[in-house]
Amino acid sequence: MTGQSPVLRLEGIVKTFPGVRALDGVSLSILPGEVHALMGENGAGKSTLMKVLGGIHQPDEGTIYVGEEPVVMSGPLEAKAKGIMFIHQELSLAGELSVAENIYLGELPRKRFGLVDWVDLERKTNDSLSRLKVGFNARTRVGDLSIANQQMVEIARALTVDAKAVIFDEPTASLTDAEKVVLFEVIADLQSQGVGIAYISHRMEEIFRITDRISVLRDGQYRGTVNTSETDEESVTQMMIGRKLDLSRLASHHELGDVALEVRGLCCGDLFEDVSFSVRSGEVVGFYGLVGAGRTEIAETLFGLREPSAGTILLNGEELRIASPADAIARGISLVPEDRKTQGLVLGMNCRDNMTLPQISDLKAGPFVAEGAEVAIFDQYRDKLDIRTPGWKQMVGNLSGGNQQKIVIAKWLSMHPNVLIVDEPTRGIDVGSKSEIHNLIRDLAAHGYAVIVISSEMPEVLHVSDRIVAMYSGRVMRTFTSEEVTEDTLIQAISGLTPGQAA
Amino acid sequence: MAKLSQKDIGGFLARQGILVAFVLFMIGFTLANQRFLDPDNVMGVIRSSAILGVMALGVTFVVISGNLDLSVGSMMSFSTIVVLDLHDKLGPALAIPAMFAMTLCLGAFIGFLVGYLRLNSLIVTLGMLSAIHGLTLAWSGGKNMDIADKAGTWFSFFGQSRMMGIPVPILIFALLAASLGMLLAKTPFGRKVYAVGGNNTAATFSGIPRARVVFTCYLISAFCVATAGLLQASRSMGSQNTVGQGLELEVLAAVILGGASLMGGSGTIFKTVIGVLILGFIQNGLLLVGLQFYVQYVVTWIIIILAVWLDIAAKRGKLWSPIA
Repeated sequence: MTGQSPVLRLEGIVKTFPGVRALDGVSLSILPGEVHALMGENGAGKSTLMKVLGGIHQPDEGTIYVGEEPVVMSGPLEAKAKGIMFIHQELSLAGELSVAENIYLGELPRKRFGLVDWVDLERKTNDSLSRLKVGFNARTRVGDLSIANQQMVEIARALTVDAKAVIFDEPTASLTDAEKVVLFEVIADLQSQGVGIAYISHRMEEIFRITDRISVLRDGQYRGTVNTSETDEESVTQMMIGRKLDLSRLASHHELGDVALEVRGLCCGDLFEDVSFSVRSGEVVGFYGLVGAGRTEIAETLFGLREPSAGTILLNGEELRIASPADAIARGISLVPEDRKTQGLVLGMNCRDNMTLPQISDLKAGPFVAEGAEVAIFDQYRDKLDIRTPGWKQMVGNLSGGNQQKIVIAKWLSMHPNVLIVDEPTRGIDVGSKSEIHNLIRDLAAHGYAVIVISSEMPEVLHVSDRIVAMYSGRVMRTFTSEEVTEDTLIQAISGLTPGQAA
Repeated sequence: MAKLSQKDIGGFLARQGILVAFVLFMIGFTLANQRFLDPDNVMGVIRSSAILGVMALGVTFVVISGNLDLSVGSMMSFSTIVVLDLHDKLGPALAIPAMFAMTLCLGAFIGFLVGYLRLNSLIVTLGMLSAIHGLTLAWSGGKNMDIADKAGTWFSFFGQSRMMGIPVPILIFALLAASLGMLLAKTPFGRKVYAVGGNNTAATFSGIPRARVVFTCYLISAFCVATAGLLQASRSMGSQNTVGQGLELEVLAAVILGGASLMGGSGTIFKTVIGVLILGFIQNGLLLVGLQFYVQYVVTWIIIILAVWLDIAAKRGKLWSPIA
């Protein structure tokens, strides 16, 4: 395989965003007929790399070669014309249109008077579909298909052009095991036709099943490529996480209090089942798992946004029913949601008003809002969390991500909760603010708060937690104490592997 | 001189365009007709804008909460007909509260559909526009409604008298604007209206009950409509079934002219009052320069389009863009 020239080659790609070096000299080559895994933690630069390849971002430095020819990707259409196809994790299909219309969107075959040549369209579409051995046809409405089949439509779209390289971004995130088998067959089929495949996934099991080589990114840097047959999960994990990262636990140096929150056998439909755990005051419990493992849904249930189908929630030993966020807030449960822009903040409102929103009904002077008290709260938490803003009148939408996140945290801290749930506290935040927020979380625990941290980033979970709950597919796999946890055992637990199964 | 980019001009027009256009209109009208700035004319314009203005105050709440209310014109016809009819049957002292109660019920029904059942406000209020018109016709039997003994009642007080030399409709408009302005700008409820309109999901995540806030906004809107109906009935002492027809768009135009965003989350009562006055003066000016009354319908439409365009332009910072 080494004798062949690559179908797609990247050389020294650098991409910076304000304050972040997202890609730092990444080089990578994909050979015809190989499946090349691209791995790295969230935030390692995989998606930025894909956007550079797809022409959504232009690299600051470096060159992309398709075959031997250096190219400039001006946009997704350009990439398609060059034979580089993407199968995205988030599907981009029009649900109301038929399969055929979706596949040929923008380039429907025409006949006289500009009318669509439906016969030709269906014939071409059914040809591609038959290669995929799917159970639907050209006329099926895309909205009626399962997510897996919609993914097949995306793949069929990739097959309509003479693809040189196909990039799969977490394609199995929403597939069942049976559907995965079909996908892997399709990939093997493409492979046998000499198409180069880039395969992005977090799932070790799949990577070792179907890929030929593995390249690893970490913090925007290329960390090397290994042949899949010559490595194992542990060494790939090491490449991904790196030993240099500060994994020293910010361990507790304070006494833990009583159990603040206890959950017994909590279930919510298909989202999660039989979840039990407890959090003591002064303790940080981390929830770690893949996207879709049910962590956020547990938080939303505790916050009254979802109704549990079974199980009990005890706060300070007292059983309670939480029917709405207002209930949760009244009981002293606060949630810093995962998406600060859509769930955490009203971007068009100023900093002070956002911060005091949950308690606005209690901040009254006569019938009116006590603006002085509001400003006092804002000042207090601006100083405490070191929020950098010109003043409380500043629109929250104009602040940096880190400062926005601090506003959301301040909003919930100012409620003086018993239990603080923080979902993805540092998503999309630069490294400096990240460690500030980590220290803040530890500090809160030291002040006696019971804190739950949900995160998809392993260093973060290891860094801040006293205990870690590992989840896989809606179930708690194992609870670790910070002394006993290792990266390997944690990865095994969230991949649904029992210790005996793993290499 | 520094070159103005499309973005600069767009941004400026988006922020100040309506005021610039207003000033140009005023200068033009004053040059064309000396009577335009005459105190009597000015007072007349404000007085005739009061009914529209009162309705616009309520719709401001609905729009800031991220919804629409297209039923206000039709609802105002209903209030007017009902209060005129009940005046002769029950007397003014009972007719007025009865009419307010019925109008508030209509508002509560819309608020229930949009707030609690989460139906689309455009569809609900467009449907109610038609349904309430039917209700009005059923009430009146399709006939005009008149107060029999126009001289023997104090009912004309609201629409026709003056206090301290100022017409009562203007006083009521001012009083309502001041109190609703305080409610929106200074109370926890007002803050919640902005939060729900600005980001409904974030408001929910902050424990704010969206349904109740939206419901209350429609109640406030209905209260304003009832007040407008009272002013209308008292001013004319008789009415057709279609007295409020088309007002929903003028009201919306005034609110948007004032700078409230159709997407919700922004706008103030003060700005709405400005919007009402701009609309009133422009329509009056057009009459004074000798344009036919019917032309006003077209001009109002142009003003709405202009206002909506500027609203969008302000969002994207350009006058035109291929993507939102």
